Amino acid sequence: MIEEVKTRKRVPQRKAYKEGNFYEHDTSRPGMNERIRALREESVNTPASLSIERALIQTEFYKKNEGRYSIPVMRALNFMEICEKKSIYIGENELIVGERGEKPKAVYTFPELTCHSVEDLHVLNTREQQRYLVSEKDIETYRTEVIPFWEGRTMRDLIFSRVPEEWEAAYEAGLFTEFMEQRAPGHTCMDGKIYRKGMLDFKREIEEEIAKLDYFNDPEAFDKEEQLRGMAISCDAIIRLAERHAEKAEELASREKNPVRVKELKTIAEVCRHVPAHAPRTFHEAIQMYWFVHLGVITELNGWDAFNPGNFDQHLEPFYENELKKGTLTREQAKELLCCFWIKVNNQPAPPKVGVTASESGTYNDFTNINIGGVRPDGSDGVSDVSYLMLEVIEELHILQPGNSVHISSVTPNRFLHAAIKVIRQGHGYPSLFNPDVYIQQMLRSGKSLQDAREGGCSGCIEVGAFGKEAYLLTGYLNVPKVLEVTLCNGVNPVTGKRVGIETGDPSNFTTYQELYQAFHTQLKHIIDLKIKVNHVIDQMYARYSPATFLSVLMDDCIRKGRDYYNGGPRYNTTYIQCTGLGTVTDSLSSLKKHVFEEGSVSMEQMLHALSVNFEGEEVLRQRVLNHTPFFGNDDDEADDIAVKVYNDLFDLIDGRPNGKEGGKYHLNMLSTTCHNYFGSVMGATPNGRLAGKAISDGTSPSHGSDTCGPTAVIRSLGKLDQVKSGGTLLNLRFLPSLLRRDEDVAKLGTLIRSYFAQGGHHVQFNVVDTATLIAARENPEEYRDLLVRVAGYSDYFNDIHDNLKQEIIDRTENVSF
Amino acid sequence: MPFLFDIKRYSINDGPGVRVTLFFKGCPLSCRWCHNPEGLSCTVQKLYNHSKCIGCGSCVAACPEGALRLTQTHGVVTDAQSCTLLGQCAEVCPTKAIEMSGRNYLEEEIMNIVLKETHIMDSSGGGVTFSGGEPLIYPKELKSLLVRCGNEGIHRAVDTSGHVKKGVIEEVLPHTDLFLYDLKLMDTSLHREWTGVGNELILNNLRFIADSGKEYHVRIPLIEGVNADEDNVLSTIQFLNGLKRKPTVVGILPYHDIASMKYQKLGRAYDSRGMNEPSKEKQLHVCSLFEENGYNAVIGG
Repeated sequence: MIEEVKTRKRVPQRKAYKEGNFYEHDTSRPGMNERIRALREESVNTPASLSIERALIQTEFYKKNEGRYSIPVMRALNFMEICEKKSIYIGENELIVGERGEKPKAVYTFPELTCHSVEDLHVLNTREQQRYLVSEKDIETYRTEVIPFWEGRTMRDLIFSRVPEEWEAAYEAGLFTEFMEQRAPGHTCMDGKIYRKGMLDFKREIEEEIAKLDYFNDPEAFDKEEQLRGMAISCDAIIRLAERHAEKAEELASREKNPVRVKELKTIAEVCRHVPAHAPRTFHEAIQMYWFVHLGVITELNGWDAFNPGNFDQHLEPFYENELKKGTLTREQAKELLCCFWIKVNNQPAPPKVGVTASESGTYNDFTNINIGGVRPDGSDGVSDVSYLMLEVIEELHILQPGNSVHISSVTPNRFLHAAIKVIRQGHGYPSLFNPDVYIQQMLRSGKSLQDAREGGCSGCIEVGAFGKEAYLLTGYLNVPKVLEVTLCNGVNPVTGKRVGIETGDPSNFTTYQELYQAFHTQLKHIIDLKIKVNHVIDQMYARYSPATFLSVLMDDCIRKGRDYYNGGPRYNTTYIQCTGLGTVTDSLSSLKKHVFEEGSVSMEQMLHALSVNFEGEEVLRQRVLNHTPFFGNDDDEADDIAVKVYNDLFDLIDGRPNGKEGGKYHLNMLSTTCHNYFGSVMGATPNGRLAGKAISDGTSPSHGSDTCGPTAVIRSLGKLDQVKSGGTLLNLRFLPSLLRRDEDVAKLGTLIRSYFAQGGHHVQFNVVDTATLIAARENPEEYRDLLVRVAGYSDYFNDIHDNLKQEIIDRTENVSF
Repeated sequence: MPFLFDIKRYSINDGPGVRVTLFFKGCPLSCRWCHNPEGLSCTVQKLYNHSKCIGCGSCVAACPEGALRLTQTHGVVTDAQSCTLLGQCAEVCPTKAIEMSGRNYLEEEIMNIVLKETHIMDSSGGGVTFSGGEPLIYPKELKSLLVRCGNEGIHRAVDTSGHVKKGVIEEVLPHTDLFLYDLKLMDTSLHREWTGVGNELILNNLRFIADSGKEYHVRIPLIEGVNADEDNVLSTIQFLNGLKRKPTVVGILPYHDIASMKYQKLGRAYDSRGMNEPSKEKQLHVCSLFEENGYNAVIGG
């Protein structure tokens, strides 16, 4: 995504850090000093690779020990074995240490969940995009050592052996995806407890709970004891991993000639002997503490949406302030440590899928999303100097990972918002912006305490959760426009001719729009029920067969309950279904409503025919639909009312349904990540004029190019959805860098964001577009109808300007943005 | 009823804050560089964008006067003599290659749109900008809208060429919070040559506004070959120096060859002879001349 870094032709003039745009020195390469430049360069230039180390350790361990322990203890011992045996890497310039694999950018496989085939490994090694290097020798070892043991007994195999045919038909049609067939359920962030307690403290708590177990009255006492024992072993495992880093650092120090580096290595050893066993004492230790915890979580299992430190600036602030006061840390040193941490996250590409094809690209991004700003547990402003330091780091490093977001509450000062916008206008697409005032309400609505809600935030893309206390599992995306497509074919998938849903009536016989909508609603309910039924089965499989004993140590109240993270252990247990394509489905319904039912300018048969031939020979109809239909995102109630209705119906069909975990519930989520591309690829043409195979709309954004009334109309449309009902919505807006050139423009964008948030917006992110997009926009104008450009003294839509001027702006923008 | 050719939301270049800009149709000037040529005429006009036309012929069939025909090279050609500007062609055009520019809006309709932006106008210190064309050629409609907005507590900016009777200015002045006042050329004969009218009325009206104490910005379209020479800039400064109240902002709007597409849509030729974009250095130089004289000069805005 952003890995390729353009060389700066010219160093921009920057202002004081608090005002944003931070480069003060002449830097030909990004990074504050030689160390950071070298680490960054290594991180960006090292190709991603697959490491089979974990698979080998684990296979060996399972062969020897399977059946000797209870499942939680077996999982914990397996984790211990990996921590004990994995290779330890400490790079030349590093201050923060620890890699998941043997070296930076090496990613483990998790054959107990999903086992890559030899063919998978060959594809991963050779495909052009998102390649993972793996040697022929390793592939051969995998073939002989790993695959034979795991084949037929992975979680993926277990899941697919249990799903009903009906589910499989809908899944194959692309009506929904299933997260848990590729990776372990994940999605959790850390709260502040690891800065107050070490692993030995957690272990003590675990031992106290074991001592309290009531074997006379509690039928689960044995299960709880085994779970708690597993958790205690996991604490030891991560302490051991840190000790091994200390040993390695000491060994390196004994051989090192450079006295400066010797001192650094000795500090690293001292830090690794202290954390994570004990609570951190310094800024350095606090970061290293989190990093060991992070490594533990992503080594134990490969949960979706990696893991993240949550409100990291708030957690680090006390250490920073304290050390600054004592004179044991300077601002520059703090920033350097943060840079080291940032690069560590970038060194961890997402684990690749199994069953991949050469063309399936995915992303290296593992969606670690660092929350900056926001509110404190007492509701006051959470911005500190560490927040600004993080903005500086983001701007300077511009690397793919970690993702990051700023959290703009009504108590957040404008100077922080403006500093963030000045980073956004660099055009890297981050930070994204969130509204704590709304997501705190979302959490209160779904039953969290005020304190827990304020300590929460957003992770992955836009998902809301109570950090350190909640399992909020994503189960997969729901292709809402596809449900309409199937409804229009009376339960049949028009792309394959196969039945994938229930019969809801032949749409040609519908005489009113209400009849059509009712049929769509019936189909929607059927598909959601199907998905939820199978989710329950998968959830329970994970709870029983694949407990996450280390993660459970970190999440309140797993220790107190003696239950696993996957088994209702956390204080809150949420299951999200992510509904995709609100824009496309709204516009399609709006088109049918207007042209078929209200105006009668085209019959249902004609429309269905046009869809079946992908509008070939029906361009007049398609253009009429595109240009004469109320579309979502234009502050037009005709369309927005449909969006609100669909949104509320999705909510009613999903929200509050039990997920089988101690009062846990299903909630609605509205994100799409990149799934709108996949979903579009399995669909024919849609009644909104979208052609077959093209992407459907993303998140809760309007369909591509259908919002033509400017950003204030978009936010008004989005503001009509009661976003408090969801666990996150997503809005993408595109701007040209020249629209954000002057400080005044930054302030005006600031008010646009504040205005959206005041109307109940949950999230917004800006694409400050680059030349490539502009060229694409010139070639496919229809898809970029919403691209707003600053022309001269005024702004206009890129589409609406003259070809020559387009070329001129393409030339011009390069100077403005870089 | 107000006769407009466009309403623009998230307007960030027409006065303070985020604004809604209303474009009145019709203008007493005809500046050669005009970048809103559809704002010149006071009547409904048909716009045709050949590049959007797919040649379906729907418009030809829909025209009750039979005024349209489809050609190989020029797309749809309208016989101006028989066209009665009913707009049925635009209604049926699937791609909106044909659009009618200009229609009467109910005041209610305008206020509904404006009030949708209440939150962002309030929080950004924005408001409504009355622009055009020339809004002051519709004094009755304009005043009524100004009063309505005033009652709603909305900040009102009037973007004007100043070429109207003094009485009109007098009438709207109490209901206006800010004038955005164009100053093009100080030499009246050159002014006449480039814009079709002399500048006496314009300068007198600005003097009147400045005397009244009302806040105003001056906006100068800076065009190399027309008004970017030092003489004109200095005499502009001299004129402003003589005014009782000074402009809060002097906006330098560098000329750009932006409007040729719009001229094409109107079926008119765009005559760019003698006009060029001022260099970056020139823009900065002009800015600094104003600044040296104590004016808050900005490029753009």
